[in-house]
Amino acid sequence: MSTATMDLHDSPIESSVNYLNAGHGIRSWLLTKDHKRIGLLYLATITLNFMIGGAAAVLMRLNLIEPQGALVEPSTYNKLFSIHGIIMVFFFLVPSIPATLGNFCIPLMIGARDVAFPKLNLLSWYIFVTGSLLALYAVLSGGVDTGWTFYTPYSSTYSHTHVIAAALGIFIAGFSSILTGLNFIVTIHKMRAPGMTWFRLPLFIWAMYATSLIFVLGTPVIAITLFLLGLERILHVGIFDPALGGDPLLFQHLFWFYSHPAVYIMILPGMGVVSELITAFSRKKIFGYGFVAFSSLSIAVISFVVWGHHMFVTGQSIYAGLVFSVLSFLVAIPSAIKVFNWTATLYKGSISYEAPMLYALGFIGLFTMGGLTGLFLASLATDVHLNGTYFIVAHFHYIMVGGAVMAYLGGIHFWWPKITGRLYPDLWARFAAFVIFIGFNLTFFPQFVLGYLGMPRRYAMYPAEFQVLNVMSSAGASILGVGYLIPLVYLIWSMRYGPPAGPNPWGAKGLEWTTPSPPPTENFEAPVVVTEDAYNYPTAPEKAHV
Amino acid sequence: MMRFLQFGWQPAALAAMIPMQPPSASSISQGVDELYYLLTGVTLFFTVLIFSIIFYFMVKYRRRSDKEVPPETHTSMFLELAWTIIPSLICVVLFVWASELYVRNSRPPASSTEIFVIGKQWMWHIQHPEGPREINELHVPVGAPVKLTMTSQDVIHDFYIPAFRVKKDVLPGRYTQLWFEPTQTGVFHLFCAQYCGANHSQMIGWVYVMTPADYAAWLAAGEKTESMAQQGEQLYTRIGCATCHVPQGNGRAPSLVGIYGKPEKLASGETRIVDESLMRQAILTPNSVLLPGYAPIMPTFQGQVNEEQVLQLIAYLKSLGSPERTNEK
Repeated sequence: MSTATMDLHDSPIESSVNYLNAGHGIRSWLLTKDHKRIGLLYLATITLNFMIGGAAAVLMRLNLIEPQGALVEPSTYNKLFSIHGIIMVFFFLVPSIPATLGNFCIPLMIGARDVAFPKLNLLSWYIFVTGSLLALYAVLSGGVDTGWTFYTPYSSTYSHTHVIAAALGIFIAGFSSILTGLNFIVTIHKMRAPGMTWFRLPLFIWAMYATSLIFVLGTPVIAITLFLLGLERILHVGIFDPALGGDPLLFQHLFWFYSHPAVYIMILPGMGVVSELITAFSRKKIFGYGFVAFSSLSIAVISFVVWGHHMFVTGQSIYAGLVFSVLSFLVAIPSAIKVFNWTATLYKGSISYEAPMLYALGFIGLFTMGGLTGLFLASLATDVHLNGTYFIVAHFHYIMVGGAVMAYLGGIHFWWPKITGRLYPDLWARFAAFVIFIGFNLTFFPQFVLGYLGMPRRYAMYPAEFQVLNVMSSAGASILGVGYLIPLVYLIWSMRYGPPAGPNPWGAKGLEWTTPSPPPTENFEAPVVVTEDAYNYPTAPEKAHV
Repeated sequence: MMRFLQFGWQPAALAAMIPMQPPSASSISQGVDELYYLLTGVTLFFTVLIFSIIFYFMVKYRRRSDKEVPPETHTSMFLELAWTIIPSLICVVLFVWASELYVRNSRPPASSTEIFVIGKQWMWHIQHPEGPREINELHVPVGAPVKLTMTSQDVIHDFYIPAFRVKKDVLPGRYTQLWFEPTQTGVFHLFCAQYCGANHSQMIGWVYVMTPADYAAWLAAGEKTESMAQQGEQLYTRIGCATCHVPQGNGRAPSLVGIYGKPEKLASGETRIVDESLMRQAILTPNSVLLPGYAPIMPTFQGQVNEEQVLQLIAYLKSLGSPERTNEK
């Protein structure tokens, strides 16, 4: 080990001029306009946010070991799940893949020197940090207890916690989303290398394009909604509170008009990553390129008209319920198409099982379960029973954690050699992927059963008959927590001690693998011209019977 | 704990330690469970299918040498259409099944007994038309449909009885309704299922389903209270409604006799059925539901009567007769 380490200091990584050693000192990072460095700034920021949100989850699961609450008062528990939800949704999941991997990879994958507006890109990060700090202030100054959904009139009139600070943090961070989405849309339209036609784009780019559309179209709605919430809370203007002449359900309509598409902000980039991983590690062209690409766009469009399925039990009219139910079934179809196409891509491939592929396969399995359990909630009659219970919690964690976080980790492991120029220990990485998969299922599968039994979510205390399943879930969470810490250790270790990766350690296609690792600041040493389709892996002559 | 043992879990497939099935105790719960099992079947089928195919491919097509080159496979329009159309058809079946059941489960039978629920941080206040009041407990007879008319005094709550598979938000400023017909006697959980603040998880209670005889005895045994309608009548007189709303219809305000359930043309031109929500609106914001030919002289009673008293007034007005119930007292 130590001799290998000695050799590394003479390795090509140290001697080459690349984006990491192009400037030195904290100033060179804080004033950078390089999309790759900005991607890493986001990576550091959201990793810290993830740890705060994760710590809240650990305390919640500890508390739920005992029916009467093992650790904290109910009011503290309420703050824990609110902080967990707010941090994880708005300050980790929404920016996760787009702001880190999207920033790092989009210009590299389309053969561009940078994003369209590099200064705006840096500004987005500063805006995001400002929003994160405000949310952190809300946490440290005593917390917020409204849940991440901020339902009125509880949030606008009744809660005595730091609602305004948290909402303002989300409001500000939203501008970071809008600017990032705008930047990506213009970049993808205008900065593609010669020959990089729309249908030669890697599917990750299609997914980022669809995500950017939701960023730009959806985020203003949540900003307006939270602004109105602040207006009612501070100035007592009657908007949502019936005691002031408002309508409490109006808030839910506005909130879910953004927040349901936001679910697809979290999962679409994951789908894009998985398309890259499945093709790279089976050395195959994606099966049904057009179907996968257009399913991303149709998901983005339909996601804007399904918000009412969050409100089936609010007393909205039966007919509204029927319309939102059929639309919610409709949005399941493009997701199913993607799963089948990924699976078919493996057919007759040359499949290897490095860590990123394990995450990708884990994603397909968990996303399949998350998607199918969504049918229980699109179905009106079963939603009445399951809405507001742990079934919902399990369902959306299968999508957001089993799906989005697995894909995020898969993407980080896939592009890590490109980002740092170094390899991490693959055995540890595979081990971590297994631990996360097992821990995840043990944590969240029992919650499906709990929900069907009728245990409501956001309960600090619960009837004793639910204890066994809660203890199982908490045990799983402890495994999951360890699983998330392992990559943190070996990835940081690899930044200094990992063996050099070379430009293309996976033998993958894609422009980002044609440039050195880490890439030079200008991304490519020579101008890029694209002459082939995405995923153009070499193929053997076809046999007659295929 | 005794209550838990009293109704017990149905024979569980796994060890009794891990409950898998909530009690099924209302006329709709079996139908909901059947749909749940169908959905579970669909989920299991596709999960097993996808996992099996992936595992099969993982083993069969594992990379044996770094030099190997896979054969080309072409996108198949047949497969693309198959896995677009088949899931779509399954979704159509699920949608129709679930929606038909939902619409059927949404309509309370005309014969339903009406009980009133007021949610407030953090308790359930329940009022029987015969007079008895309960806190965090709801006594109902087995085998008879019950309709709950619900409102909240503060934030949004949600009235949830898992054993009956029913749930409905309880909103401030309006009435929502929920109905069920218990099919077995026993004691069942009542939960608040919409987060409502600090003690949300303690906003829970029990539903006691009793034989009709036991229920009648329970109603009789409680403290002797007047019915909701009687209490409403006294309030009606005390706050001065009767001075203008003269029964003969020659007062400064319209007669309220027999208006419940009737369509009424408002001064705004809109025609609305006179139901609980309209009555509540007329008491709290009278000028928003003026009748043609009457001056906007009624004061608002917002802040002067609480939600419970509004319900009593409504019970009294309903007792003044309605088109269907003119023969009743």
